[in-house]
Amino acid sequence: MANSSHQVIGCLLGGTALALVLGLGALPLAAATPKDTLVIADKLDSSITMDPAEVFEGTSAEVMGDIYDRLVRFSEKDPSRPVNDLAKSWSVSPDGRTYSFELKPGIKFASGNPVTAEDVAWSLQRAIILDKSPAFILSQFGFTKDNVAQMIKATGPLSLTMTTDKNYAPSFVINCLTANVACVVDKKLVLAHEDKGDLGYGWLKTNYAGSGPLKLREWRTNEVIMLERNDNYYGRKSLLGRVIFRHVNESATQRLLLEKGDIDVALGLAPQDLDAVAKEPALKTTATPLGSVFYIGLNQKNPQLAKPEVREAMKWLVDYSAMEATIMNHIGVVQQNFLPNGLLGSSNVNPYKLDVAKAKALLAKAGYPNGFKVTMDVRSSQPYQGIAEAFQQTARRAGVDIEILPGDGKQVLTKYRARKHDILVYNWDVDYWDPHTNADTFARNPDNSDTAKSKPLAWRNAWDIPEMTRKADAAVLERDAKKRAAMYKDIQNDFRKTSPFIMLFQTIGVAAVRGNVDGFKLGPSTGSTYLFNVSKH
Amino acid sequence: MRHRLALMDAWLMSDHPASRRQAALGRSYAAWRAFTRNRLAMLGLFIILALVLVAVFADQLAPYSPVIGDLRTTRLLAPSHSFWLGTDDQGRDILSRLIYGSRVTLMVVFLVAILAAPIGLLVGTVAGYAGGLVDAALMRITDIFLAFPRLILALAFVAALGPGIRNAVIAIAITSWPPYARIARAETLTIRQTDFIAAVQLIGASSWRIVLRHIMPLCMSSVIIRVTLDMAGIILTAAGLGFLGLGAQPPMPEWGAMIANGRQYVLDQWWVAAAPGTAIFLVSLAFNLLGDGLRDVLDPKAAR
Amino acid sequence: MTDQAGAFQAGRAARSRLRLLRAAGSFLGVLVLTYLGLLAVTFVIGRVIPIDPVLSVVGDRAPEAVVARVREEMGLNKPIWEQFWLYISRIARGDLGMSLLTSNPVLKDIKRAFPATMELATAGTIIGAGAGVPLGVWAAVRRGRWVDQVMRVVGLFGYSVPIFWLGLMGLLLFYARLDWVGGPGRMDVAYEYTLTPVTGLLLLDSARAGQWDAFRNLLSHLVLPATLLGYVSLAYISRMTRSFMLNELSQEYIVAARAKGLSEARIIWRHALRNAMVPLVTVIALSYAGLLEGSVLTETVFAWPGLGLYITNALQNADMNAVLGGTIVVGSIFIGLNLLSDVLYRTLDPRTRER
Repeated sequence: MANSSHQVIGCLLGGTALALVLGLGALPLAAATPKDTLVIADKLDSSITMDPAEVFEGTSAEVMGDIYDRLVRFSEKDPSRPVNDLAKSWSVSPDGRTYSFELKPGIKFASGNPVTAEDVAWSLQRAIILDKSPAFILSQFGFTKDNVAQMIKATGPLSLTMTTDKNYAPSFVINCLTANVACVVDKKLVLAHEDKGDLGYGWLKTNYAGSGPLKLREWRTNEVIMLERNDNYYGRKSLLGRVIFRHVNESATQRLLLEKGDIDVALGLAPQDLDAVAKEPALKTTATPLGSVFYIGLNQKNPQLAKPEVREAMKWLVDYSAMEATIMNHIGVVQQNFLPNGLLGSSNVNPYKLDVAKAKALLAKAGYPNGFKVTMDVRSSQPYQGIAEAFQQTARRAGVDIEILPGDGKQVLTKYRARKHDILVYNWDVDYWDPHTNADTFARNPDNSDTAKSKPLAWRNAWDIPEMTRKADAAVLERDAKKRAAMYKDIQNDFRKTSPFIMLFQTIGVAAVRGNVDGFKLGPSTGSTYLFNVSKH
Repeated sequence: MRHRLALMDAWLMSDHPASRRQAALGRSYAAWRAFTRNRLAMLGLFIILALVLVAVFADQLAPYSPVIGDLRTTRLLAPSHSFWLGTDDQGRDILSRLIYGSRVTLMVVFLVAILAAPIGLLVGTVAGYAGGLVDAALMRITDIFLAFPRLILALAFVAALGPGIRNAVIAIAITSWPPYARIARAETLTIRQTDFIAAVQLIGASSWRIVLRHIMPLCMSSVIIRVTLDMAGIILTAAGLGFLGLGAQPPMPEWGAMIANGRQYVLDQWWVAAAPGTAIFLVSLAFNLLGDGLRDVLDPKAAR
Repeated sequence: MTDQAGAFQAGRAARSRLRLLRAAGSFLGVLVLTYLGLLAVTFVIGRVIPIDPVLSVVGDRAPEAVVARVREEMGLNKPIWEQFWLYISRIARGDLGMSLLTSNPVLKDIKRAFPATMELATAGTIIGAGAGVPLGVWAAVRRGRWVDQVMRVVGLFGYSVPIFWLGLMGLLLFYARLDWVGGPGRMDVAYEYTLTPVTGLLLLDSARAGQWDAFRNLLSHLVLPATLLGYVSLAYISRMTRSFMLNELSQEYIVAARAKGLSEARIIWRHALRNAMVPLVTVIALSYAGLLEGSVLTETVFAWPGLGLYITNALQNADMNAVLGGTIVVGSIFIGLNLLSDVLYRTLDPRTRER
């Protein structure tokens, strides 16, 4: 008996010793990140492609702002104002339909090829012809596969014109040209990799043909995106040599990495981790309101929710400020209108708060003195889940019995697009930095039938609004900025009272950054977080 | 009274049982006595009984409602005099949620065991005994089920029938039986070559009788061990389904879902995940002790 | 007499060769059937899930015309039998389809992601079996004493506590506070540029290239997640070893061996354990397969870019080609491992061979 246990003990000790030797010998050398490299941790999902004509959401869309140039981009100092990028100047014809651009001379792509008006025109034409998801941002100006070669063409080595079908507000058109879909790609380089006339689509998905201050070096899904300084850039060169995005799913893991200095920036921290970061002297945070709004949608196909008193009662059953202070702490601010702050015409009138008595009275008027039962679809991740549970609690006080149906993002979306939900908690990101992007989806519903061609959010909640649609259409054509802002405020006043949307919060983007990193600022719109301005001391 | 008990004891433990029923009863009685002598197994049994009692008397035992909380005043409070185990991120009392959650846990564990173990046992013993084509066919089916990450199969099943804890249970049960089948088959392969099986065959017992009355009882102990060891895994798989929003629907206080929820607060508000985690650990330990005790009693080979 | 005996022997040899061929044939046939079953189920799952796969290609904002066009391009409007047949013939050619997320062939993605998981699962199983088997034997030998009970509780703790909790606590203690191990991720950022992956098993690659500092760094990052997985599988393996050993030690041949005067150590290790290995092999194989699947949560906590992370991400984005491709790969490994344990089982235990 003794022998065998001695043997076992011997085995174990030997094994442990070996493991210790190996482990200790494997002590990490230096935990800090290299001086010339910025390491960012983020949730790198939804990265479908690196082709500007196709990129729409996620980290690849964020990165576009650093690796590609456009005719106009958002200013570094005031990221809600467009300034000239590749364009030296632009003008609009008197009839408001033809835009003429003059390019800055002497600009080169990362490959060394010169940037010409032909590259710019071809990039825009390509986006229309390929007709991927973001193409509508340009094609809404009347461009089609057949006419785009005429409508957008180079008129000289450094000049081009663009003709729209109506005289839209110039601010609207210029705003749309800052979007990723209008990025300028290297025509020569892309066509050299063309395959059976696909305009280089197959190649550009995973490769790079731009002129921005940083260039794309490598991209591995679920793992890493690596950017490098572009030495051919026409403006001030990037202060850092490299930027690396690491895929880290867990907020807690990101926090540990940041505290140890293994990353420089954490972009996915939850409120409770941000609380802890605030107490760390070696770390700092930077916050920027983003173009993203959280809302609760009430499907008008449900007869209970279709009653106007019920719609309003629900708006009085949300404890906005309590949620803002807890679930959305640091990462959201109350916004009860559909335009986020920072967009032209946004409103800060937020009249609703938790008032159970008022809600009960309204419900009684609608014929539900004891409340009613209803289901609610929600994504099973935070903060959606937290918002849903809190709303369930407060709604119960007025007798509204909500059953929560969690699902993952795509499941919920599928149900939403089929209008099969009762209540839904979700958020909406702006497609481009102009008020029309949200008006188009919240306040416009040209066709409420089941076979409608477009499915804006108003349609998904079966809200039939011919009058408001007309108003939104008029607002996009208004050329005077002040008048335009007033029109949107008017629409939002109406919207607040009558819509089946309970607008909740505007997202605040928060980045936690190590103390030795300077110049890191989150931009409000996709692709306006300029990494080439960041440096480390 | 004592005289009566002594008489019954003598009758049950008699060396010369007069009827088959007396012998069977006597065996059960002997098993029970052996079991009660094992103190750790009794501890396990008591914990489980306590769990059942807590589940039955949840209404009386819980100090607060498990589903009502206040975001403003009672969110994420540390354990204190008024909230013994603290509160969660919606302001709800964790102790009350734990108490009501015991009902859900018991239901999950019970249903899965009732569904999965008999299926696995049957498939494994039949396959091991019959051999040849039957064995191959059954094992291929087993392999196909084994080939799936549980979560994906559960996702599909729940998608077909709708989300909810009941369907999650069935989905887990469907993915749980294959390991029992493999273990039962492994044991059967060894057992069927033994002499006493040969003897029973010679007597002329039908294959079904041999499998059901002779081979299965011998495999049962291994399967029981595996089932009890699996209890924790089953509860945690239910938590995994909770991650995907397929298991318990909020605000149902299922322990696994509570841990999943507390996952985000693990670094600072550790109690949100620690309380249900400890509960699961204790219940798993109890099942484990119980299982070992049962095996000591049921396995004729180990009775020395 | 010898002639007859010789003929008899030759006949028997021929008959056993024939039996072997038939066995091999039916074995292959059964293997194909299993695969078809696997493919059928994955295909059905792909169609039953209530997620619109078109959504993840075009995004939520795309106009209806684009959605309809992409649906046509993806062949989702064809009858289901035709889709299944196309599916099978593609898989037979080794084409697992294109991943909608990465625009790469799924097989290429999996080849890239799999070695990371394999490294993790292998290291975890080595730790789990290497420590679990001796500990299980010890617990069996010392049955009922406090050692046995302590081991049971320790093992149970690892098995019943959520793995993400253990992972985060481990990171907090050994990485953040004590600085004994590397952090989440396979290696430090600095080595991204110096190490070129050849097989994807980075430990192997760095060793072959002689880059020992990279090797040490990789090890420091592997230690914590592998030990975690090893702990979880150790709990299970040691319990099963204990129960199988107890089964063996209660057999009569043990009494006989003791009577013959063999030393206790010899009895335990050379006789009882050898017989216990028979069902134990199944357990270890299942445990490895379980680690492959169970690495999903570990990979999330430790930002480990392996197959588990790949499948989870694909699932959440309805990238069905990737999900099914990953499932087929994992499924094939499961089947392979079970097969292996079957073969080992028959080799090790003479009682299970045909008489």
